Amino acid sequence: MSFLPNSNDDIRLMCNEIGVNSVEDLFVDIPSSVKNPQIQLPSPLSEQEALYSILRTGNTNKKVCSLVGAGIYHHYVPAVVDHLASRSEFYTAYTPYQPEVSQGTLAAIFEFQTYMCKLTGMDIANASMYDGATALAEAVLMAVRTTKKNTVLCSASVHPHYRQVLATYAWASDISLQIVPYKNGTTDYQELSHIIHDTVACVIVQSPNFFGVIEDVAKVVQIAHQHKALCIATFTEAMSLGLLKSPGECGADIVCGEGQSFGNYPACGGPLLGILACKKEFMRNIPGRLIGKTVDEEGRDAYVMTLQTREQHIRRERATSNICTNEGLCALRATIYLSLVGNRLQELSRTNHAAASYCLEKLVALGYERVFDVPFFNEFVIKINNAKDIRSKLINNGYALGIPLEEYYPELSDCLLITATECTTQDDVDTLVKLLQTI
Amino acid sequence: MVSTMQTIFSLHKKGKNKFTVPQFYAESYDAIPQEYVRQSFELVDVSEVDVVRHYRKLSSLNFGVDNGMYPLGSCTMKYNPKINDVVAALPQYAWQHPATVEELSQGALQIMYALQEMLCAITGMKQFTLIPAAGAHGELTSVMVIKKYFETKGEKRNIILIPDSAHGTNPASVAMCGFTVKEIPSNSDGDVDIDALRAAMDDNVAAMMLTCPNTLGLFDRNILTISEILHSKGALFYCDGANLNAIVGKVRPADLGFDIMHVNLHKTFSTPHGGGGPGSGPIGVVEKLEPFMPVPVISKKDTQYYLDYNKPQSIGRVHSFYGNFLIMLRAYTYIVMLGANGLRQVAEHAVVNANYLRVKLQKHFNLPYKRICMHEFVINDEGLPNGITTNEIAKRLLDYGFHAPTVYFPLIVHGAMMIEPTETEHKDTLDAFVNTLIAIKDEAKSNPEILKAAPQTTPVRKVDAVLAARKPVVRWEE
Repeated sequence: MSFLPNSNDDIRLMCNEIGVNSVEDLFVDIPSSVKNPQIQLPSPLSEQEALYSILRTGNTNKKVCSLVGAGIYHHYVPAVVDHLASRSEFYTAYTPYQPEVSQGTLAAIFEFQTYMCKLTGMDIANASMYDGATALAEAVLMAVRTTKKNTVLCSASVHPHYRQVLATYAWASDISLQIVPYKNGTTDYQELSHIIHDTVACVIVQSPNFFGVIEDVAKVVQIAHQHKALCIATFTEAMSLGLLKSPGECGADIVCGEGQSFGNYPACGGPLLGILACKKEFMRNIPGRLIGKTVDEEGRDAYVMTLQTREQHIRRERATSNICTNEGLCALRATIYLSLVGNRLQELSRTNHAAASYCLEKLVALGYERVFDVPFFNEFVIKINNAKDIRSKLINNGYALGIPLEEYYPELSDCLLITATECTTQDDVDTLVKLLQTI
Repeated sequence: MVSTMQTIFSLHKKGKNKFTVPQFYAESYDAIPQEYVRQSFELVDVSEVDVVRHYRKLSSLNFGVDNGMYPLGSCTMKYNPKINDVVAALPQYAWQHPATVEELSQGALQIMYALQEMLCAITGMKQFTLIPAAGAHGELTSVMVIKKYFETKGEKRNIILIPDSAHGTNPASVAMCGFTVKEIPSNSDGDVDIDALRAAMDDNVAAMMLTCPNTLGLFDRNILTISEILHSKGALFYCDGANLNAIVGKVRPADLGFDIMHVNLHKTFSTPHGGGGPGSGPIGVVEKLEPFMPVPVISKKDTQYYLDYNKPQSIGRVHSFYGNFLIMLRAYTYIVMLGANGLRQVAEHAVVNANYLRVKLQKHFNLPYKRICMHEFVINDEGLPNGITTNEIAKRLLDYGFHAPTVYFPLIVHGAMMIEPTETEHKDTLDAFVNTLIAIKDEAKSNPEILKAAPQTTPVRKVDAVLAARKPVVRWEE
């Protein structure tokens, strides 16, 4: 295939106009010793050959009933989301540098910022970050800049991948990162009180945390504020925001997390949707794009990228972050999703909790141990003897029963983190139970 | 033309929302204590028809590549083949969970592995990682790799050299890793000032980041000398591959002496820009930097693909999972359709198109760097009638149905207009663009008011950015 509209004759005409004999003459500045190398790539395919080949490869991926979450969630994506986000006026545009021809993107992102503020309980939300983990890393850099302090405390119940990404960014920025242990499924609040001191910039807590457990964010806020540290509340399951008290209501200063659950597919892990929101007082310190409301020359409502003096294209090495391209289309999908589901998000969120509760009941009835006996949202931890073997056998029978936790928490051997959403049906769970009885 | 911009919130009315949630009954509902439960909840209640009409209307206020020529310099706004999106929507890929890829998604890993290999073949690098989610993320990851390389060698080097023509992301990425930026001036030909580079070189320099071709659209003629100067002092040479579209298939950056680079799948490899992402910014390195690449590394043993975390010298993890997979899948589709010759033709046609525009426009506009360009070039507003500015020309172009070029960048050219036509525009479209710019110049002379009033045919007129910054309203309020 080729997408080049110019014919050989067109190219010849253009070369004449330019005043060169051949196309090659335009590449004179490239050292001839290394020009036009042999590049080994497969022979080109027609569109249909490419599609069928990729489809064949895709068919080797196995479809199972998945009770896996741990940061990425199988939620239903309503048809309206795919339909509207497929409009090419949205997806073939770029960053809205020319607001007069980008009001569609700008207005939608303004709505996105509004939804994120409402859900997180914050005053300001940016136009998105790459994913939850990098949103957390940027939130920490923001807290360090704001407080001018350099030590960061992070709960061990925060998603291990988030902590790993944070550790990478902290190493690069020379920030000291300390992990606060967990106890019975939540942050060890008492230990946090012991560890914290006045040189701590921020305390990070995730709710629902990696174990699916609801944390006492208000308590963490209280401990942090006593030591003039900020509290960063993060989440991986945005669906929980429909049911749980917002981090803002709990007093968090900065809220960040993963928004994939709103209208975006698991997609082997990307693209994702990083969310970053904060209190008004940190407005000039937030990284990334912000869309503001204004008027046009005729006084009509209009939207534009604003407070750009924070950003790299103006401030260069003194910018709040290097981020440029974000996850605009994923944010648009989340916006359409939230507009469609609207206030029923609360009900949907409850269904998620109910599905997980049902699943937990049935597994406990089979005699498996519930590891943390505390309130959870749509994920929980179960201990099963020979968990890995049983899990492998189930995979061969079309079920992915959570993920093993031992890799991240050696003390949690034979423990599985299991997730249910509105896509999990009663029938799925009942069939699983029967399978478990026969394995 | 629309009279007023409505948000979805203005359509709110109780009772309109008929979205049906599946019910699930648990016998003993494990209740969440009230103290953790949200008391008030107010998003919006609108109908499905409202949602469809509202966002369809918003889409009509946007200008994308499918609307017309989008010569936004350094952004490579080429046509996005529709098959890419069909492939990315296949449930065989889109519904797969990242935590179970080794067990259940060997096909997805196969695609990622193959794409890594293809990028190595195209750039001459030894290893690629697809993890970074955008170009700037690739830069940041690369600077971390550079930092780790010297840290492991026990060398303290704290300076990174950046030409004055670089994108703002370069210095910002450098600063996030604790390095100091030292700016290197360009000479009057638009190449790096070699004397200034030699003077700046010492044992504290970790690397130089060079956009290749640079943001003036020029291929630096001293590139091999630059490489030699850096390497003779043990420093690394970084290629910002944002402009790879000009040289893809024509030269491999590794052969020019680059040690590490990023590419933008959403530029050179045709994946849509999404109104500001998602992009994808894979990085490639030469052999000596391999141990420092982020984890996981996608590897292959016999016929099985797996995620390799056993990399003790790695910088660590930089993304929740493995990067923007559905963007990778689109880029893979593009590359398998084009092949090596197809990619080389992309560069050739992109460069012919840019030079054709350059030659036609330099008769009417000031061209600060008068030499053969690559995929883009920069003109400015010097000497235009009635003091007409770049911004006014950009807004007037919108009236004529073209997107504006990148304006006021690079910073080293006063009133810059950076024009990148890409290879997917036909000569006739380029001619129309040239004629429009000439017509605008004529208007500048005969009717400057019309330029000052532009744009007039767009969904909104000139937007007041000053007001937005002075009184920030960044969320909807009743």
